[in-house]
Amino acid sequence: MKVGNIQLPGMSSLLLWGLIWEIVGRSGLTFFVPPLSEVIATLFSVIGTPAFLTALSETAYAFFLGVFFAIVIGVPVGILMGKNRLADELLLPWVNIFLSAPLTALVPVLMVLFGFGMKSIIITTTLFAIWIIILNARAGVKQINRSLVDMAKSFLATPWDAFFKIYIWAALPEILGGIRIGVIRAVKGVIIGQLLISIVGFGALFELYSSNFLMGHFWAVLIVLFAMAFAVSELLAYLERRVSYYAATR
Amino acid sequence: MSQTKSAFGQAASLDTEHAVITRNICKNYGAVEALKDLSLEFPRGQLTSLLGPSGCGKTTLLKIIAGLLEPTSGEVEVNGRLINGPGPNRAFVFQDFALLPWASVMRNVAFGLELRGMPKSEREAIAENYISAVGLSGFENSYPHELSGGMRQRVGLARALSVDAKVLLMDEPFSAVDEQTRRKFQEDLLGLVQNENKTFIFVTHSIEEAVYVSDQIAILLPRPSRVSEIIRPRALHGKDVSNIRRDPEYLDIVDQIWASLRSYVE
Ligand SMILES: Nc1ncnc2c1ncn2[C@@H]1O[C@H](COP(=O)(O)OP(=O)(O)OP(=O)(O)O)[C@@H](O)[C@H]1O
Ligand SMILES: [Mg+2]
Repeated sequence: MKVGNIQLPGMSSLLLWGLIWEIVGRSGLTFFVPPLSEVIATLFSVIGTPAFLTALSETAYAFFLGVFFAIVIGVPVGILMGKNRLADELLLPWVNIFLSAPLTALVPVLMVLFGFGMKSIIITTTLFAIWIIILNARAGVKQINRSLVDMAKSFLATPWDAFFKIYIWAALPEILGGIRIGVIRAVKGVIIGQLLISIVGFGALFELYSSNFLMGHFWAVLIVLFAMAFAVSELLAYLERRVSYYAATR
Repeated sequence: MSQTKSAFGQAASLDTEHAVITRNICKNYGAVEALKDLSLEFPRGQLTSLLGPSGCGKTTLLKIIAGLLEPTSGEVEVNGRLINGPGPNRAFVFQDFALLPWASVMRNVAFGLELRGMPKSEREAIAENYISAVGLSGFENSYPHELSGGMRQRVGLARALSVDAKVLLMDEPFSAVDEQTRRKFQEDLLGLVQNENKTFIFVTHSIEEAVYVSDQIAILLPRPSRVSEIIRPRALHGKDVSNIRRDPEYLDIVDQIWASLRSYVE
């Protein structure tokens, strides 16, 4: 951030917003926003409790499994669509529909199909993340230099080798970009799943805190969740930058 | 290795003259007739250039010989056998190099062998040889984006040489490098043709380049294209390389080709 000619250190905008939060909280304007200092104090008191740790592990479990399936299904499907006209024409309309569909409305259907347990929550998470991962992998493959494909063919690459030695790597910048956005959507998916399907994990905590008007606790858990999503997305952005040097020369 | 060599020896004794023969090749892209009834023979151990105006189908023909494109009709014979796809007896050098940007020079050069399943130490030993043969020793661990255009094409050339294919297909390999590098490449190419005992098929836009490096030049005319003329500047290659460009015969051939092509250039 820059004020006049002075370059402020990174994250200063966060400090500013934190300050505003504190002032609004102290002014007692609304019970909904307790002062930031109080929220942070609550955060540290909550973080070690068994309830929080169970919620964290349940959420992380559903989140990582959901993202895992979104990646191992989404990336190959996207690459297949980028390579194969027929597959593309068959699947693209569906991918586009699901990308913009209000997936929350599908959750009751999933509950009927897969029950009220962890399985449905994981599937919800996958459904939130997978479409953008497919589309990005597809876009990555679409822009592969034709010569690379011809090169692989002329050296008699097997489809297996072409996939693992050329397509995945050539599309890597786009694939990572898709995964980064997919992960952010997966956070949404896992919480919505936990709220709607069975009240477990962070969803249960949100439910508990908000129905008891424990706003300090509510915000504390939300901050933890944001911080984790932010960390994962920054890690992926870092990997993306690492491979972007070759995006121009493919 | 020795088995494949003797197999090549046998094939060579069947048809010593021509490594590659194309017969009555037609190629349509939808309504566009790119090649029509094109027949051409490529003498073994020599360099044949395909020369012609832009869009006349040179790349198309080269890719058909490589097995990367299916002809609409007609056939291609390599070492006495009809082809139906890419094969280990042909290697391609790409105009835009087609290197893996995420792989080192070493891995790029060895990549053809890697795809053939050769163990790492073995293929890297072979690659190392060709890396130094093309003058890139010391750059084994560099990445393509750290190299100049000329050096990148040397990597592409080393990769094609290292799979030891008897036919080398080159699509305007020097068009993306600067003029001085290009001249050096042309000289090196003459050396390769002399020493490597391979058959080269070389696409170029440049009349001078074609006359300088070729044993045989096939002139293609615009769509639907066929061979209009075959010129053999072979006699030039008995002479001193450094004097070729001043040789009256060289200049005559350049003029002659320009005379037949100029009417197709607006
Ligand atoms: N995939 C394709 N689809 C449709 N038409 C094509 C395709 N590839 C090539 N053509 C057409 O076929 C003709 C021959 O193309 P080709 O690339 O073989 O020419 P070229 O001699 O290599 O040209 P240049 O010297 O510009 O490289 C051109 O007119 C081109 O427009
Ligand atoms: Mg061309």
